[in-house]
Amino acid sequence: MNFGVVVFPGSNCDVDAYHVIKNVLAQPVDYVWHQETNLSKYDCLVLPGGFSYGDYLRCGAIARFSPVMQAVQEHAARGKLVIGICNGFQILVEARLLPGALLKNVGQRFVCKFVRIRCENDDTPFTRRLTKGQVLSMPVAHGEGCYYCDAATLAALKANHQIVFRYDGDNPNGSLDDIAGICNRERNVLGMMPHPERAAEAILGSVDGRGVWESIVQG
Amino acid sequence: MLEKALALGMKEEEYHRVVEILGRVPTETELAMYSVEWSEHCGYPRSRALLRLLPRTGKFKTLIGQDAGGIEIAPGLAIVFKMESHNHPSQVEPKQGAATGIGGIVRDIFGSGARPIALLDSLRFGDLRTPLARYLFNGVVDGIQSYGNSIGVPTVGGEVYFNECYRGNCLVGVMCVGVARAEDLISARARGVGNSVIYFGNSTGRDGIGGASILASHELGEDEEKRPTVQIGDPFTEKCLIEATLEMLRTGAVVSLKDMGAAGLTCSTCEQAAAGEVGMEIDLDQVPLREADMEPWEIMMSESQERMLAVVEKGREEEVLSICRRWDLGAAVIGQVTGDGMMRVRHRGKVVAEMPAKSLAEAPLYHLPAEEPAYIKQVRSFDPSQLPEPSDYNDVLLKLLASPNIASKEWVFHQYDHTVQTNTVVAPGKGDAAVLRLKFSDQFSVASNQSRLTPHASRLGIAAVTDCNARYCYLDPCLGAQIAVAEAARNLVCVGAEPAAVTDCLCFGNPEKPERFWQFKRAVEGIATACEFFDLPVVSGNVSFYNETPASVIHPSPLIGMIGVLSDVTQHLTLGFKREGDIIALVGETGDDLGGTEYLHVIHGLEVGAPPSLDFERERAVQRTVLEAAQKGLLSSAHDCSEGGLAVALAECCIEGGIGAAVELRKRQDTSRNDALLFGESQSRIIVSLPEQRVNDLLNIAQQHGAPVTMLGKVGGQRLRVNDLIDVDVSALDRAWRGAIPCLMNA
Repeated sequence: MNFGVVVFPGSNCDVDAYHVIKNVLAQPVDYVWHQETNLSKYDCLVLPGGFSYGDYLRCGAIARFSPVMQAVQEHAARGKLVIGICNGFQILVEARLLPGALLKNVGQRFVCKFVRIRCENDDTPFTRRLTKGQVLSMPVAHGEGCYYCDAATLAALKANHQIVFRYDGDNPNGSLDDIAGICNRERNVLGMMPHPERAAEAILGSVDGRGVWESIVQG
Repeated sequence: MLEKALALGMKEEEYHRVVEILGRVPTETELAMYSVEWSEHCGYPRSRALLRLLPRTGKFKTLIGQDAGGIEIAPGLAIVFKMESHNHPSQVEPKQGAATGIGGIVRDIFGSGARPIALLDSLRFGDLRTPLARYLFNGVVDGIQSYGNSIGVPTVGGEVYFNECYRGNCLVGVMCVGVARAEDLISARARGVGNSVIYFGNSTGRDGIGGASILASHELGEDEEKRPTVQIGDPFTEKCLIEATLEMLRTGAVVSLKDMGAAGLTCSTCEQAAAGEVGMEIDLDQVPLREADMEPWEIMMSESQERMLAVVEKGREEEVLSICRRWDLGAAVIGQVTGDGMMRVRHRGKVVAEMPAKSLAEAPLYHLPAEEPAYIKQVRSFDPSQLPEPSDYNDVLLKLLASPNIASKEWVFHQYDHTVQTNTVVAPGKGDAAVLRLKFSDQFSVASNQSRLTPHASRLGIAAVTDCNARYCYLDPCLGAQIAVAEAARNLVCVGAEPAAVTDCLCFGNPEKPERFWQFKRAVEGIATACEFFDLPVVSGNVSFYNETPASVIHPSPLIGMIGVLSDVTQHLTLGFKREGDIIALVGETGDDLGGTEYLHVIHGLEVGAPPSLDFERERAVQRTVLEAAQKGLLSSAHDCSEGGLAVALAECCIEGGIGAAVELRKRQDTSRNDALLFGESQSRIIVSLPEQRVNDLLNIAQQHGAPVTMLGKVGGQRLRVNDLIDVDVSALDRAWRGAIPCLMNA
């Protein structure tokens, strides 16, 4: 499985994703600069967390216009995998690869802590090593992670089993229906606010995030 | 011109000295340059002599540079760190003041060639029940989170205290820690006649003119409008600067490097030239400007943020410029290194400043008079025996846990990204210090698309902490400063790290007042003697004077930042009790120490008495015992006794562990008071918990080091019980402790 970690100016979890893929999963991985347009060698693209282009506007609103994003769209359209984490999720939503929007946290403040999330669909390329109902512990760290969409979209997400993760108990940002992560209808694009790359080694207090990465690799 | 000099904050005799150096009346630009370089903020004219007392060597090899210092914790592996204050700007405009404080200290770290891996903040505000303190606290935390989170450097620790003495001068001490291969570190010494001077980063505007000389080097008036001297931070550009700088250092084309911090272009040019014993010539027409009509003195004094100045080998400029282009950073060759030792500035074809670079970098040295303040004798004559003893100790404990100085700081650190970079092993609130693993020394280059990892097998880790009980320093600046050093080291030991090196951020009032200078002098002597004894080098630091207004003066606040080393990071400790049935032991001894306690302040409204005494030998014995026990894996938890004494420390161990404890404390003598037993702040005490079968091992270690150990009780149940004095449900302790600050901030 060839991974590409997209680097926008202002990305800051690119190194963390790269580290996990390379040193924990022992998979081939490259950094992909935001101006790159040929992504044909990659099986899975990671849009990492951070503050792409500073995110002084709505998070991800500028990154969606980045040259690499056209290539990401094509990559996704070919059925290859895309995982957007935190800022990456925000960018996927802005790019309309995923429905809905990510609003400012209801508490109006940035929140960083370990949360518990529940796997709601284990039939995706990102969760097949998990089981439905399994609860995972991993950190969130964001200011705009409150998922929102209209009623029709929510109904569609539910009907198509696109809600992949929900917060279990403590909902740190006020997300609609406790949504922590969703995928597209085709299941090959996942966006999630919690950070599985920050919970993949025992020394960091949780290895629950590894399930997501191992699903991608071993799928 | 003399009038202009005075308006720029210079003294009359300083003006005459400039005239003497130049042999003529200075130009406006020259005057501006001297005024900033000779200000306390840049040249340390009032503090330099005393700072020479601080030890510079220790167990680990020290690496002391111009901006940030460090230690080599393993062959070839450097930890670079520094704490710096941004007090005045934060008082004037809390969010941007704090944000630009982060920006500045982070540039010091990557400007030395190290990758920034952690931030810690040592914050002080007035009484949190006042709207002004809440406004400042909220704004400063917002500034730290907005800047620190964005640049992807985790904020892993620090402390916050509230005291009315900080009403007119909040303190924002920011510490940044970086890691580098020692061979990759770069100096700020310009070399090589003909080499190019390259400016990169944000363009230069009219913001922050006089920040160092006027804002930071004088007392703040209560209602002065100084907001225009504070700059606006741009964390996105900073993040790009971090990556671009580390990338250009790998080309080998960069000879020396310095950030444009206080005094901007002036300090980054003349200090690099002076340090390298060369001259430098720059052309202001090449400097990227935000406004075309800026005067030369404005360009030289501007403190616009996120700017760096590199000296680059002649002929290799394009290697550096192309990296800047890729990161969309402005960059320009603005001058070159010369051999004549002169700092020469051109503007529109004319030389607007020309002086020996050394004369700028070597500020005058003042020996100020020091005099013990009258209040010292008065506050120390206090006799606690006249105080009534409380009737309800449960109530006192709950009140102390809800004191903002003791209460949980979750409200603060949940706003900081403390897990980015995936190195955080002990997160804020979990232990007495932050613990980080060290994954690699430098991370990646998109250009070559490769990661330069150091061997991954190493289990090496570091711990970091900041500390200072300023109330002790108010009552006795020397002892207070010694305690700050000892306690920071004790905190490191409590997470299983060996204390290694210090950075200090010395915040005081107006040094031109002899009582204030006495406080400064005694505190520096305290740090020096303690660091000497504990073999801790002071590798970097900063001095912030004039933290007073006509209505208030801060307690002497020598903020201490300290780094410790864990040879095996998997052997780290946290503070919460872990297991039902574990034995609770006290390493150290409890005396009758009520002076200067949080208890006296919260319950009796007093800031009096002598601070607890500190016996260096005892302190070392206690620390060595706990460190060895930690390294041998004997302990389940360790927690330092500080503000609030034994009772508060025990409560914190219970809250964090989510489990109760039953404890029997013995008085030193029958006449001892219960409040001193429970809430006294005797030094050199650590509460540990451990499985019963390991107690003998602990006792053996303690005996070898000569540390007293007493068994206090056992972990278990859902209540904290201490003698027949305290009996409270852990959930009630938790509510009081966790709820206090959110409750005040939502009021």
